[in-house]
Amino acid sequence: MTETYSVDVRITPREGILDPEGQTIARALGNLGYEGVTAVRAGRLIELVIEAEDAEAARATVERMCEELIANPIIEDYAVRVREGVPG
Amino acid sequence: MNVGIVRFPGSNCDADVYRAVTEGLGERATYLWHKSHDLDGVDVVVLPGGFSYGDYLRAGAIARFSPIMREVIEFARGGGLTLGICNGFQVLCEARLLPGALVRNQGLRFRCHDTRLRVENANTPFTTAYRDGDVLRIPIAHGEGQFVADPDTLDALEAEGRVVFRYVDERGEATPEANPNGSARNIAGIIDPAGRVLGLMPHPERVSLPVLGKTDGLGVFRSLLDAVRGGAGATGVPAEAGARIAGAAAGTGAGR
Repeated sequence: MTETYSVDVRITPREGILDPEGQTIARALGNLGYEGVTAVRAGRLIELVIEAEDAEAARATVERMCEELIANPIIEDYAVRVREGVPG
Repeated sequence: MNVGIVRFPGSNCDADVYRAVTEGLGERATYLWHKSHDLDGVDVVVLPGGFSYGDYLRAGAIARFSPIMREVIEFARGGGLTLGICNGFQVLCEARLLPGALVRNQGLRFRCHDTRLRVENANTPFTTAYRDGDVLRIPIAHGEGQFVADPDTLDALEAEGRVVFRYVDERGEATPEANPNGSARNIAGIIDPAGRVLGLMPHPERVSLPVLGKTDGLGVFRSLLDAVRGGAGATGVPAEAGARIAGAAAGTGAGR
């Protein structure tokens, strides 16, 4: 039996990789008068719906996808979150 | 010489390369369709500039898994002369044929203008028509051209003579102002350890015919012709470059 899982992949620039987009957002927030913003990092969110044996299998598959295609480990970090069912 | 030019959906500098080869050199060029699994016996493979697959996910990330890339990677790993220009450079990095990655320009803008490039290694099959230290005027046109790699990789590239082109100013110096995209150490083009796979962000094909105003870029294609005709194309890296390029694969690419 397979179950349906919703998987979010959060991709962010790796530590040490310059994030000009995040820096520009931080500057713009400063220009708008927001004080106290000490860091902004901009990334992307990929949402998948996947059939798998269990949550661990879903996670393992998506992590493989990340290594191969979804993220570029040279420049990006990724975080995988698995939930049961389809997003509401 | 027969130069194979891969066409991905979204490639847009394929015809420019075609004309650089056919009109600039009077040699043969062949378009290679991305869905094909046949390199048609070409001597050189060019991955041209453009926006393959709309730059979705990351520039070059989807093209890297195109059907023809299986053969291109095999060709390149076997010592076949492979040139990636702009989006082609991005594809080569995504395919791990070259180290590092190309990310959003530091200034976030798409930059489309002439740059000055200093030839850092004239002893590659792509640069023998130039001399070390030559400064070329070659345009860029990209939004994701900032070359990044970890410090160890950058040190190795420098030590092994694998930085082939660098962005410089009018005095030929690699200043921050001359760096159009924030690339590490002003790097504009690099070569693989065997000296057979070159990637660069600027567009030599756009300055390769008199009608285009300049011919500074034709030397890249002329060098390839020399390599294919005589020396390096048949036997691998020229001896001197081989000594400078650590890990050069011996005897690769015979008969290509």
